[in-house]
Parts: sequence; C-alpha cells; structure tokens
Amino acid sequence: MSAIKSLTARSSYAGKKRFSLSGGFLFVLPAMIFVSMFFLWPLYSLIMMSFQDYPLLGDPTWIGLDNYKEAFTDDEFKGSFKITIIYTLIVTPLLFITGLGCALLIKGTSRISIFFRTIFFIPVVIGFGSAAFLWFWFINPDTGYLPQIMRDLGLGDMKESWTATMPLALIMVVLMVVWKFTAFQMIGFMTGLQAIPEEINESASLDGATGMKKLRFISLPLLRRTIGLLMVLSISGSLLAFDQFYIITAGRPEGQTQTIAFYLFRQAFLAFRLGYGAALSVILAVLLMIISLIQIKLSRMDTHE
Amino acid sequence: MNKTKKFFSVGPFTGPFRGWFVICLSLGALFMFPLISALLTSLKPSRMASQFPPDYIPKEVTLNNYERIFVPAKGGFLEYGAWHYTVNSLILAFGTVVGVSILATLAGYGFARFKFFGKSALFAFILLMFMIPFQALLVPLFRILANFGLTNSLLGVIFVYITYNLPLSVFIMRNSFAEIPSAFEEAAMIDGASVFRIFRTIMMPLALPGLISTALFAFFASWNEFFAATIFISTNGNYPLPVMLTLLQSSQRGEIDWGLMQAGVIYTILPCVLIFLVLQKYYIQGLIAGGLKG
Repeated sequence: MSAIKSLTARSSYAGKKRFSLSGGFLFVLPAMIFVSMFFLWPLYSLIMMSFQDYPLLGDPTWIGLDNYKEAFTDDEFKGSFKITIIYTLIVTPLLFITGLGCALLIKGTSRISIFFRTIFFIPVVIGFGSAAFLWFWFINPDTGYLPQIMRDLGLGDMKESWTATMPLALIMVVLMVVWKFTAFQMIGFMTGLQAIPEEINESASLDGATGMKKLRFISLPLLRRTIGLLMVLSISGSLLAFDQFYIITAGRPEGQTQTIAFYLFRQAFLAFRLGYGAALSVILAVLLMIISLIQIKLSRMDTHE
Repeated sequence: MNKTKKFFSVGPFTGPFRGWFVICLSLGALFMFPLISALLTSLKPSRMASQFPPDYIPKEVTLNNYERIFVPAKGGFLEYGAWHYTVNSLILAFGTVVGVSILATLAGYGFARFKFFGKSALFAFILLMFMIPFQALLVPLFRILANFGLTNSLLGVIFVYITYNLPLSVFIMRNSFAEIPSAFEEAAMIDGASVFRIFRTIMMPLALPGLISTALFAFFASWNEFFAATIFISTNGNYPLPVMLTLLQSSQRGEIDWGLMQAGVIYTILPCVLIFLVLQKYYIQGLIAGGLKG
C-alpha cells in the first residue's frame, strides 16, 4: 500500500504520468461493468446461440453449423440481404451528394449561414421512428400532402398506394432517409471544409482554379478522411435499417422491402427461433466489422503518407 | 412587387448572394415542409384530417386531436393518456442521461489521464462497440435481460441504452479531459489536493461543455429509440412515446385517424426540436468532438 503511495508521489512530481497505477482502473471500472454485462457477455452468448436450436421455452440443443447452412439456403434471407444491399448502395452515394452540396452552401460562419444550418438540421434530431410515422402519413395517397402536390402539378391521380409496388416503396423510404439524414452528413462535410486552410484555396485561385476545379482537385482529396468516416456511418446505418421499413412499408410489397434487421426480428421475436436469429445477427455483425476495418485500414494508410 | 424587387436588389441582396439566399431558402422550405404539414394536419378536426383530397391549410383549427391523445376515448387505440407514455419516456431518458453522464465522465477521465494495466485492451472493447451496435445483439440481450427478470421493464431498457451510449460519450469525455492542460492538476497536486478533489473542482468545470454534449446525445438516443423498445417492452402500460405511435397507426375498421396520429408525432418530436434549438451549440460541438473528428 505504502509502496504504491510512494510510487504515486514520485511519478507525479517527476511530472510524467500522474497518479497511481490502480487509480485509473477504478475510474474506468463502472463503465466496464456495463460493457461486460451488456456487450461482451451478449457477444459471447450470441456466438454460442448461433450454433444451437434455441427455442423460447425448453432446452436448447447444439446443432453445429445448421443455422448458418439454413441461412445460406434461405430464399427469404437472401431476399432481405439483397434489398438491404440495394438500399445501402442507393442511400450512401445519394447522401454523399446532398450532404456535400448543402455543406458547400452553408460552410460560412455568418449568422445567416448558421440560421440555415439550424433549419436544415432539424429533421436529424427527431427520432427515426417518429419520422417514419410522419412519412407514413405524408405519402398516403388519400390524405398525405406529397401525393396531393403531385396531383396539383398534374402528374396523375396518385390513387395507388406508394408502398404497394416496387421500386416505388423503396424510393419512398429512401426519400425519407435523405430528408432526415442529409444535414447530418452536411455537418460532417462542413467540419472538414472549414478545416482546409484558406491559403490553399487562395493560392489555387491565383493559379486560376475555378469553383468546380477547386472542389475536385483540392477539397475532395483533403476531405478523404471525412468522406471515409461518413461513408462508414451511412453504410453501417443502412445495413441496420429497421424502423423506416417496419413502419413505412411493413415489408410490402410481398416482403420485398424486408431488410436483414427486419427479417432477423421476425425470426427471433415473432417466430421465436432465437438460435437462427443469432446466426443471422452474426452474419450481420461480421458484415459491419468488415466495413469498419476497411475504413480503419484506409485512414491509417492516409496518416502514413 | 416593385418594393420587394427593390429590397432584394439593394444592399447585400445583390449578385451571387441573392442566388445563394434563394437556394438556401428553398432548401430550408423543403426540409421544413413535412414537419409543418404534419403540424397543420394535427390541428385539423378529425374529419377534415382524413378527407380526400386534403386541404393544405386547415379550414378550421382545433386542439381536439391533442385532447384526444391526452384523454383517450374508452375502447380506442390508446389504453392510457399520452401523459402516461410521456412519463415512461422521461424515466428512460432520465435513467439513461444520468447513467451515461456518470459512467462516461469517470471513464473519460480515467482514459485521458492515467496509465494502467489493460488500458488499451479496455479501450479496444469500446472501439469494438462502434463496429457491432446493439441491433446485432438484440437476441442474446433479450435472453440476458430475461435471466434477470428485466424484460418488459424500463430498467432493463435503461441498462441497454446506457451501455450502447458509452462508446460515443466516453470518446467525447476523453477528448474533453485530454484538452485540459495538465499544468492545472500538477499545481493542485503540489498544493496537496487529492485526486478526487482535483477531479471535482478543477477538471469537471472545464469539461462541462463535453458533459452537456454527452447528456444531450444520451437524451436524444433514449427519447427517440424505437427498435429495442419495441422488442424488450411487451405491454401497453410500459410503452415509451415512439412505441405509443404504433398504437395510433393501427386502424379501426380500416380507417386510420390521421389527425390523431400526426398529433402524436408532433407531440413526440417537439421536445427534441426545442431542446436542439436551445442547446444546438453543444450538440454540434459534441458531434464534431465525438465522432467526426475521428
């Protein structure tokens, strides 16, 4: 005990690392208890469950890789995988364009820029669930305002439900996500743009570079890390999509907009096949980890340059 | 007409600025349009909110829809008034905000200022949580909560929310503490102040902006979360507000009460919008400090 104390005193006066070896651990401990209980234990449990036939009631049985084999031959799962990937591939570049576009508009620090930034950002802070319930009404053919605007513009009578056919059902969800998430990406790009030193832009202007050229050859390369991070956030968010599909389309038409998370939810919590749900979760988690690792790798390469 | 034209062609309203202003104004209108239209519909009498074709501007304005979510009709969609669900949401938000603030402040300080055995391994676990979010762990979480008798319990949901808000908040708090010059603590140490005294009287006040961001994110995350709440909470009486909206979406005799539903939506999102407008400085700063800076 006193040995630790003297160690503490010495190291602090030496001005290097302060305090005791154990002190830091005590500060971190409470958070780590939660992480162990509700992250590490479930993570271990998830992997174990994925090798079992795990009903809600009664004893689980070990079935090895059967859940995974089933997943790779399950057409409904393959369908959900496909629609999730398609959704991700549409949403990610779209948000990139809208987010960057808005960031270029409001990157200034004048009061009026900040005012518009605030307005654009409001859809980000409302819940995904609430936003989806709003959209469910907004695009309803009878009482929603969006179909009414289309009618007033003479674009048809809009009698058909917009969630009854593909690809319209998917487009409606994408529209909502772009509305809700553009400003999040905008803030990310804005932070990156503001970090670019003014001299670089000025010297480029002196060399005769115009707006588009400056964007392509100066801003975008310097924004690589920001772009990488925002891409990962958008991709992983899209791969986990649930609320918007569950609420707006409920999988219509005929399960064609049933995402991985949605199908997983049905298998685990409606059909109570917890083992199979766990195997699907592992596949999803592996997918998410691969994407994060790629991003980490790329950003490391950046800093080595 | 002439006057407006004149106004827009003098002073700052000229040239490229005017074009920029018009573009921003139209975009702002696009972003606000769904929210404003939902608000307008929630103010229509029930019959008019469900009529075809809809009027953009209500012909009659009433708070009847809001009254009906607070004092629901017997045998209607809602078993309880909105206040009951609001209390559930407030319990979730309060528990999450308090839990996350305490745990992330302590852990952030520990990670920023100390060297101890296993530090990098523990930090790696936090990083791993960024990669594997709770959506992928709902199945075992459900089982573990059931072990403790915490399914269909607000406390169980609070534990899950606290845990999955930790990665971002520990990051923010660690960065907040790391930015404080260590000369402050060294001076206090020489004066004989204890670790906890230094933490309380010197570090905490300086890290307060980071703590406000942390608390804000925890509030928004718990107030808005839908997926986990849908799964872990099974009875009507324990629903938080976003799950209450599911009840308003269910139709009676094939007819959805659209005005009622949008009143529920507006009521649920209003606190978020107001809190954001008041504390947006901290929200945006936290966003930049926590994630976007990398």
